[in-house]
Amino acid sequence: MAVNPFQHADSASSISGPPSGSDYLADSIFRVIALSCASLIVVLILYILWEIGGLALPAMAQHGLGFVSGTTWNVGSQEFGVLPEIWGTLYSSFLALILGGTFGVGIAIFLTQDFIHARLAAVFRTIVELLAAIPSVVYGLWGIYVVIPMLRPVAEWLHSELGFIPIFGTELSGPGMAPAALVLAIMILPTVAAITVDAFRRIPYKVKEAAYGMGTTRWEAILKVMLPTASSGILAALVLGFGRALGETMALAMLIGNSNQINLSLFAPANTLASLLASSFPEAGQIEVQALMYAAVVLLVITLIVNILGLGIQQYTVRKFEGKA
Amino acid sequence: MTSLPGFKRAASAVVVSILLTACGGESTDTTMESPTGLQVTGAGATFPEPLYQEWIRRYNAKQTEAHFVYEGGGSGEGVKRFIAEKVDFGASDSAMTDEQIAQVARGTTLIPATAGMVVLAYNLPGVEGELRLPRDVYVDIFLGKVWKWDDPRIVAANPHLDLPSKLIQTVVRRDGSGTTFVFTNHLGTISPTWLTEGPGIGTLMNWPGGAMTGNGNEGVAHKIKISHGSIGYIEYYFASRLGLPIATLQNRAGNFVRPDAESGRRTLEAAATAGMPENLRLFVPDPEAEDAYPIVSLSWLLLYGQYPEPAKATALKAAVTWALDAGQPIAEELGYIPLPANIVSAASRALDTIR
Repeated sequence: MAVNPFQHADSASSISGPPSGSDYLADSIFRVIALSCASLIVVLILYILWEIGGLALPAMAQHGLGFVSGTTWNVGSQEFGVLPEIWGTLYSSFLALILGGTFGVGIAIFLTQDFIHARLAAVFRTIVELLAAIPSVVYGLWGIYVVIPMLRPVAEWLHSELGFIPIFGTELSGPGMAPAALVLAIMILPTVAAITVDAFRRIPYKVKEAAYGMGTTRWEAILKVMLPTASSGILAALVLGFGRALGETMALAMLIGNSNQINLSLFAPANTLASLLASSFPEAGQIEVQALMYAAVVLLVITLIVNILGLGIQQYTVRKFEGKA
Repeated sequence: MTSLPGFKRAASAVVVSILLTACGGESTDTTMESPTGLQVTGAGATFPEPLYQEWIRRYNAKQTEAHFVYEGGGSGEGVKRFIAEKVDFGASDSAMTDEQIAQVARGTTLIPATAGMVVLAYNLPGVEGELRLPRDVYVDIFLGKVWKWDDPRIVAANPHLDLPSKLIQTVVRRDGSGTTFVFTNHLGTISPTWLTEGPGIGTLMNWPGGAMTGNGNEGVAHKIKISHGSIGYIEYYFASRLGLPIATLQNRAGNFVRPDAESGRRTLEAAATAGMPENLRLFVPDPEAEDAYPIVSLSWLLLYGQYPEPAKATALKAAVTWALDAGQPIAEELGYIPLPANIVSAASRALDTIR
């Protein structure tokens, strides 16, 4: 006697039922859409690389690696080198990462570790995230009219009192590394803070309870338990922030002074790859465009290396602090 | 041809619109056509752009024969488009070289339309009064050899000023520029060191270390305005518009001369009297007159020798004739140097040859 065990599911009166033909269809359509969207991103990146690489190829063939180590950018004699720009890009991003990273993680701790009421924390978090919505050009203007005049007396004092230290070795006349890095730090702050907040939120509450249960103080719990547990998320936040800083263009083009030099001083003007591209492109002739495309490739490669390094460190910390394989 | 120019144009349009260095010329209204439908377009130098836009605004309102449009973009761009015959007229602060002229099959007529002075604008808070810069000193400033405002040579020339012990931050042009050409041509003429140790003469330079760069006269003027201790070369119009203090420079005769419309006009008049070249390409890298301001330059309109459409030639000639005559007082109002009579008459004669 064969009784269909699924009889009850087959009846139309039930809300549950086997997938119908249209369900299968919708399922496979969604799969195709999702797959094509995902592969489109990969194709887009490859296409951009191919296009930029193709335009840069003549310059790559002509200048080779000398392009990366050269320090002059002279269209007249067709000498192109971007070492000062690479230096400026990494230096400004690194400074911004130190500042923005410290503040971003600090804000995240403040917002998630019961220092303030959860509702107030939500308000603060929204405000911090609003920073991300401010257009870059507004940051640039704010930098010119607020940060530079504010920084000037501080820089003057640092230079006159501690001028023997190379990082305070020059005077700040206006645009320069320090105001640029400061504004850049504020620009990456929301990225770092938001992702770090999420990293802390992902830690199960019982971890904190266990820490307190073992008699730790609040700061011991934060520094010795919460921070290491969230470390992979925090590192992801820092890598993303650093990536954002590397590619930032407008505010830096306005604030860094566009000067083709390598100077350790925080107060000297400098240049970055992205702002070199932005400021030279409109007027560039064909040869210079090829060199600029090469510079764009260099920027892409730097970003790639930073991301891969970040990923590596992140995996290492996951193993070390979070006990996962 | 590759897809490069198209790509570049699109990208540069985006970049230009983002950059706040967009040159101050008001956008030209291309929708308003003249009844005859004749549109005359030009492109080039940004330095005379505010003047040309004002001329065009007034001239378009005055007559209905033709509608004129001018678009800045730099002297280099103007010459490029003129050679490619993409415009009806070009404009350049460095005229055109013989090789460039040879590339234009329809012939080239250079018409000086206005003139300007390259001034050294600076920003030194707390220093009031006239800043005098001797000839060798401002060359050395841009060579990076004089780099403190209280350098003994600057102090010696300015005993009346209390100069701070501040770094001299030079500000220069990033883009190819007629202003750069005029300035470096002057420096190269007055100083052999500039040619041997400095970057030389040209529209686009590799400036000695530490110089800040800006795009366009406005970009440089803006950077000077926000940087204490800075000095840079810009056209007089832009310095006066932003209210930047201007250094008084020493001329060949040894006198310190303040740049203004009167000293500029006298300089040009004396130079044109001494000898106006056949093609009107008059450069005055180092004027001799006693009271001449040392860095003056003409700005040229680039016209073709022949126009396939006679109506266009007629309209252009009428417009340029108007600019050389009624346009000159407008130039002075806007802070340009009105052309002296001898240059205007030479320009009018050249204009007559256009067919």
